Amino acid sequence: MINTGDTAWVLASAALVMLMTPGLAFFYGGMVRSKSVLNMLMMNFICLAVVGVLWALFGYSWAFGNDKFGGLVGDGEFAGLANTIGHLVGVASATAPWPGTDALPALSFVMFQLMFAVITPALVSGAIADRAKFWSWTLFVAGWATLCYFPVAHWVFAFDGFTGPDNVGGWIANTLKAEDFAGGTAVHINAGAAGLALAIVLGRRKGWPRERMRPHSLPFVLLGASLLWFGWYGFNAGSALGASDLAGVAFTNTTLATCTAVLGWLLVEQIRDGRPTTLGAASGAVAGLVAITPACGYVAPMGALAIGLIAGALCALAVGLKFRFGFDDSLDVVGVHLVGGLVGTLLIGFFGDNDVNAAALGENGLFYGGGFLQLGRQALAAGAVLLYSFVVATVLGLVIKATLGFRVDEESEATGVDEAEHAETGYDYSALTGGRGPNGMHAAAGDTATRVESSS
Amino acid sequence: MKLVTAVVQPFTLGPVRDALEQLAILGMTITEVKGYGRQKGHTEIYRGAEYDVDLIPKLKIEVVCGDDLADKVFDAVAGAARTGRIGDGKVWVTPVEHVVRVRTGERGEDAV
Repeated sequence: MINTGDTAWVLASAALVMLMTPGLAFFYGGMVRSKSVLNMLMMNFICLAVVGVLWALFGYSWAFGNDKFGGLVGDGEFAGLANTIGHLVGVASATAPWPGTDALPALSFVMFQLMFAVITPALVSGAIADRAKFWSWTLFVAGWATLCYFPVAHWVFAFDGFTGPDNVGGWIANTLKAEDFAGGTAVHINAGAAGLALAIVLGRRKGWPRERMRPHSLPFVLLGASLLWFGWYGFNAGSALGASDLAGVAFTNTTLATCTAVLGWLLVEQIRDGRPTTLGAASGAVAGLVAITPACGYVAPMGALAIGLIAGALCALAVGLKFRFGFDDSLDVVGVHLVGGLVGTLLIGFFGDNDVNAAALGENGLFYGGGFLQLGRQALAAGAVLLYSFVVATVLGLVIKATLGFRVDEESEATGVDEAEHAETGYDYSALTGGRGPNGMHAAAGDTATRVESSS
Repeated sequence: MKLVTAVVQPFTLGPVRDALEQLAILGMTITEVKGYGRQKGHTEIYRGAEYDVDLIPKLKIEVVCGDDLADKVFDAVAGAARTGRIGDGKVWVTPVEHVVRVRTGERGEDAV
């Protein structure tokens, strides 16, 4: 039976998560130089268009269809969104057969999960800012979503008996029983590992790290981070898939961890650099949101405070790794999403508390009377996703590099990807271009200016 | 005729303009420029990485005037722009051969 309250929350959450991709675009767009802001926005925006199509054709089915290969990927039962209109998703209970008393219309779930599939490849784009060919990137998005995100979403998000009474889900959720409430592994570790792979495949930007590549608009960065924070309530609290107590817990934990992560990042900056920065506050918020993503439905609020603080401080230190190891992960996809995702996923092994979530399949964490079992499961899930994503992204990146080419040429990189790839300029503060209109026309003196008779 | 050019601290525009108005100089051209001289830039920090910013914003002021006023304009600009701190900038004077006022066609000193 459809639960209308739950359905309303899930649909609203889907819209909230949709907003995260443009939010991310501005978070990243503010960090690049002004000559490549449009390309950065486009690399994110195109994910909505491309993944939306793939999701309807086969992506949803591969992620949430009945399992085909021992928990690795779903079958084609929902391809082309077959068997969704008029169908429900839900869970059977002792008193009610599937889909239970709190079912959702299948398409509300399809759209909610689509937005996750959209933002995950978008997150990767920050690793290769300022230098990628637009269509090559778009092809990568399609390939990586197909070969990496759809299967991994199946591993992590497809629970047994949810999209059909006898449907079998993915191995991480059901067999390994690692816990990932909203996508620490499937979204953040997944995207972070792919970002690392692409940063290595494409190579450093010309002049990096010697040349200064300052963020061109920190107000955009903070605006983008704020939109992400807002949308993240759909991401995390929406992942309760109901207007429930658990949604309230996830909402609360999301807030608290983000607060302490901002403080953690700024404290590291104050101690290390002597100044708390705007970029640090924005990055700290995102690091906290990333880290609490897997944990928000499995830990108590005091656990969330600790997870955020640890993630904020650790990610602030982790963004320096690229200078030590010499890979140009331009906007710190590795330092924030890979490291933040690992922190949150592993800390469930310490802070996991089954009193918070009656439906949890895992064990209590170390601090709540559990043993090392859950920590081990979390580590295995994190490692598996990291490795798989890194390999797929590397191979896909190398194939695109060898065929279409993945980088713009040196001259285009110097003059800016916006002009080279899109024939546009992000900011036109001067009306003067020295050029001519579409038909080769140009205004003669006096055509537009009003002639004023000499008064002297 | 002379062209007095000054590259000065941007915040001195007000005092420089006031000083020129005292001399009945009624026009000037300003350009926002960047440059470096003996003044050191500053350091900015993004995600823990330090960036030396050497090119710092300055204001370029250009005034064309008659030969008789040139020294006064020169002194007025230099005086008004002075704070005594490093980075105050430079003022220089160059000769100007021809000037025409576009609207009226007046030439020479009548045009400035």
